[in-house]
Amino acid sequence: MILGIDVGGTHTDAVLLNDRFEVVESAKVLTNPDNLIDSFREATSRILNGENLKNLERIVLSTTMSTNAIVQNRVDRVGMILAGGPGLAPEMLRINEDVHFISGYVSHRGLEVAGIDDGEVLEAAERLKAKGIRHGGIVGKFSTRNPGLELRIGDLIEKDFDHLSFGHRMSGNLNFPRRIATTYLNAAIWRIYNRFVDGILRFVEEIRATAPVYILKADGGTSEIRQSAKYPVGTILSGPAASIMGILSLENGKQDAIALDIGGTTTDIALFADGVPLLEPFGVTIEGRKTLVRGLRTRSIGVGGDSRVRWEKGELRIGPERDGPAMAFGGPFPTPTDAMILLGLTKIGNRNKAREAMALLAEEAKTTPDETARIVYEKACRMIAGAVREVLEEINNKPVYTIHEILEGKTIDPKILYVVGGPAGAMAPKIGDLLSCPSRLPEYSEVANAIGTALARTTTEITLLADTEKKILTIVEEGVQQSIPGRFSREDALFICRERLLERALKMGAREEDLVMEIIEDQEFNMVRNFYTTGKNIRIKAQIKPGLIAHRNAGAPS
Amino acid sequence: MTGKEKKTGLVFFPAFDWAISPTHPEREERLLYTQDQVFEEGLLDLGNIIEYKPGLATKEDVERIHICVPDVDHVTTESHMISAGGAITAAEKVLEGEVDSAFALVRPPGHHAMRVVHGARGFCNINIEAVMIEHIRRKYGHRRIAVVDTDCHHGDGTQDIFWHDPDTLFISLHQDGRTLYPGSGFPEEFGGPNALGTTVNIPLPPRTSEEGFLYVLDRLILPVLDDFKPDLVINSAGQDNHYTDPITDMQFTAQGYARLNDRLSPHIAVLEGGYSVETALPYINVGIILAMAGLDYSHVKEPDYDPEKIRQSADITRYIERLCENIYGLWQRRDEEKKKLRKEGEFIRRSRSIYYDTDHISEEQTEQVRICDDCGGLLTIDSRANYSTRIFAVVIPGRSCPACRKRGEDIYHARSRGDGPYDHIYLQDRDRDIYLVK
Repeated sequence: MILGIDVGGTHTDAVLLNDRFEVVESAKVLTNPDNLIDSFREATSRILNGENLKNLERIVLSTTMSTNAIVQNRVDRVGMILAGGPGLAPEMLRINEDVHFISGYVSHRGLEVAGIDDGEVLEAAERLKAKGIRHGGIVGKFSTRNPGLELRIGDLIEKDFDHLSFGHRMSGNLNFPRRIATTYLNAAIWRIYNRFVDGILRFVEEIRATAPVYILKADGGTSEIRQSAKYPVGTILSGPAASIMGILSLENGKQDAIALDIGGTTTDIALFADGVPLLEPFGVTIEGRKTLVRGLRTRSIGVGGDSRVRWEKGELRIGPERDGPAMAFGGPFPTPTDAMILLGLTKIGNRNKAREAMALLAEEAKTTPDETARIVYEKACRMIAGAVREVLEEINNKPVYTIHEILEGKTIDPKILYVVGGPAGAMAPKIGDLLSCPSRLPEYSEVANAIGTALARTTTEITLLADTEKKILTIVEEGVQQSIPGRFSREDALFICRERLLERALKMGAREEDLVMEIIEDQEFNMVRNFYTTGKNIRIKAQIKPGLIAHRNAGAPS
Repeated sequence: MTGKEKKTGLVFFPAFDWAISPTHPEREERLLYTQDQVFEEGLLDLGNIIEYKPGLATKEDVERIHICVPDVDHVTTESHMISAGGAITAAEKVLEGEVDSAFALVRPPGHHAMRVVHGARGFCNINIEAVMIEHIRRKYGHRRIAVVDTDCHHGDGTQDIFWHDPDTLFISLHQDGRTLYPGSGFPEEFGGPNALGTTVNIPLPPRTSEEGFLYVLDRLILPVLDDFKPDLVINSAGQDNHYTDPITDMQFTAQGYARLNDRLSPHIAVLEGGYSVETALPYINVGIILAMAGLDYSHVKEPDYDPEKIRQSADITRYIERLCENIYGLWQRRDEEKKKLRKEGEFIRRSRSIYYDTDHISEEQTEQVRICDDCGGLLTIDSRANYSTRIFAVVIPGRSCPACRKRGEDIYHARSRGDGPYDHIYLQDRDRDIYLVK
């Protein structure tokens, strides 16, 4: 049996799934925003008992803990030591007031062009220490090509800090400003996240559960919770990931699809390509900070059931703010929910109050409340459909770098629209019409996030670079640099990359049967100097795709 | 630095699956490290830099500029259509007002491709800037355009295509043709009889450094542009003047390129040559992108940058000062020079041998232009490649006068009866957007 728990902003949902992945127990409690572990404890104790505890195979958790810590600024002060070398002006990289730029840098080939000045590094550490800063981030430009510089800085100042986050461990992708932001966030939430993990594990121990505990990450995959404590930034924005994995777990289609989660304040949009959720190409963005955190590609727009509706300069405006619930539920302002209630699309709330809400808007439109409700409803649907079209256009116009890709021109062409959330039933058919795409409301959608969390597989990725001229192989996420023979080939690289990916996934808690591997980048270049081939530059990136775990019993549909 | 952020489009197309041959300078690896540097600097995340996917140029786009023998398909591959398409995309984003300027960081290059194309010259098959310019004029109406070619090699292809066009100013600064391919580009090459002065060649001595390039820009190029008053400025942004380029002998730098771009402030930049793929291109391109976007580029430097080591000699400085003075004088006298050039008769003839180094083709070409003050002048071309295929082409220029048009149509009809020595007869009619082959 699998226990899935989604500690969401408003509710905490828990589900217990049997071996056929059917829901046998479920519970919903209010989330206590000041103590998420309490919410976890409460939801869990409602469905776990001595009997099913014995059969528990895994516990999977999704939580907004990291996201909230960042959004609410409950983070630690972080001293940043940056080795950037030439390029963008340092002022554009100053992420907070505790940044120290030091000399020394690595080139795109991974060559250490200039070494560090120990005195300068020690002095920076001294100044951070004097300010009482206990957490550090060390980031070098191109440290993914050669982490040596970052590691040496770490050796010098390790003793001065409780924790150090290293840029090269965050991702194998290039992007110095994003690496800085990611490392900063990782160090900033490290302490609060580790405390949370300790709390969860203590509780699991208390109830004498022996099943491994996993946590959902932004990419819709899971990681064993102790492993995740080294890399807490990976768990930011796992909220939307839980809802996407929920839809996937309830429908498990194999086609291009759109997924909408229509909430009170916002609507989240996600896309599936052949049934696999799309990832952000570089990393997710949180609070305006662009990161290298692998995450599902979602777009959030400020239109939801409770968005405030008003006239502004002769135009009907919906959202982006939510100022309380719909008037039909005693709220202060008209909302799309009021419009849907008046139109009879949903049977909730006080219909008279909904009519009053529309009457407030009808005056300016010089029409009836019913006609106004129709206008509001249509406009809300059009705004969501418009945003979906924008997302599709953006993805289908994504730049590609080979002739083959341009000519092949694979595009996402959704065949179905999944909709979850409060207003889903009322809005799905209309949005489907606008997008010329049949719509569907998945069953069990009220606990979809917890089911999705329970069934998400462990994901990870690694990046292998082999430079046969320098005779060096780097797998930066693992901190590996080793020498290779000059005749090292692409096949050798693919082999090593697969092996290492498997090892890494197993270490993160993956089950053997869920190792769905995919090579996502596979390039080989001849390096020519003075008209002679001097070596090869091989670049491979492999991932365990986000998706659902496989059934235990053979032959069952996956 | 201008100190003002500008919205800049970037069309990046490194064609990671295309090469002339595995060890050729124009190979898959060429923009690999540039991509690494651009990605690592995070330039695509900057709010005022927007990346666009290149479009595909069409056969019609190519046929508005070139006479391809026997046809477009035989002398191009998909890579050329994407490269030209990338330049077109960059131009469209600027002309539609989506961005203030745009940089097409694409390959393969195009500035050695001339009007008649029998194959590849200097790694170029079709002239991507020229195809872009004619696309602009067709789609957005007539524009006065200046092309400033900062590639180290003379842009002989672009020069050939716009030789008779009084509305396109072509300025090329390059390493002196006596010391480098293609061996042309001297100040005396100054435009055809109807467009004298709208070709300006500035051959610089080997080992010219930042100081020299920027002097030429400030003292010659910018004043000429001020006089010409173009609607659009295009930079053929070759990057082989760099001190580490393996096939040239200049001393230019990433800082220099960024400053040049900042002061020139082109609407559109299109990558041309540049083959120091590891030690120059990554830094030059980051510098150019930052400069175009109006961002601080003062920290962009090559790892081994040392201004003392690459400083140009006093002799070179003096030489360049004199050169600029002479060329600017010539520019100011362009109208008198034009009168001198015109002799009796309706047409002026020009015969040339053209060598295609990449494809080893020898072309013999005779071109006749009708003397005309009302348009660029009717052009006829008789071209023969490798002593075999022979073609005849009639080119009616854009905004043609009735007399040139009538004359051109008559010649085409007379020739296309098919009793001449030609394998194919072509009519390229820019105004009516017609391209006929017989």
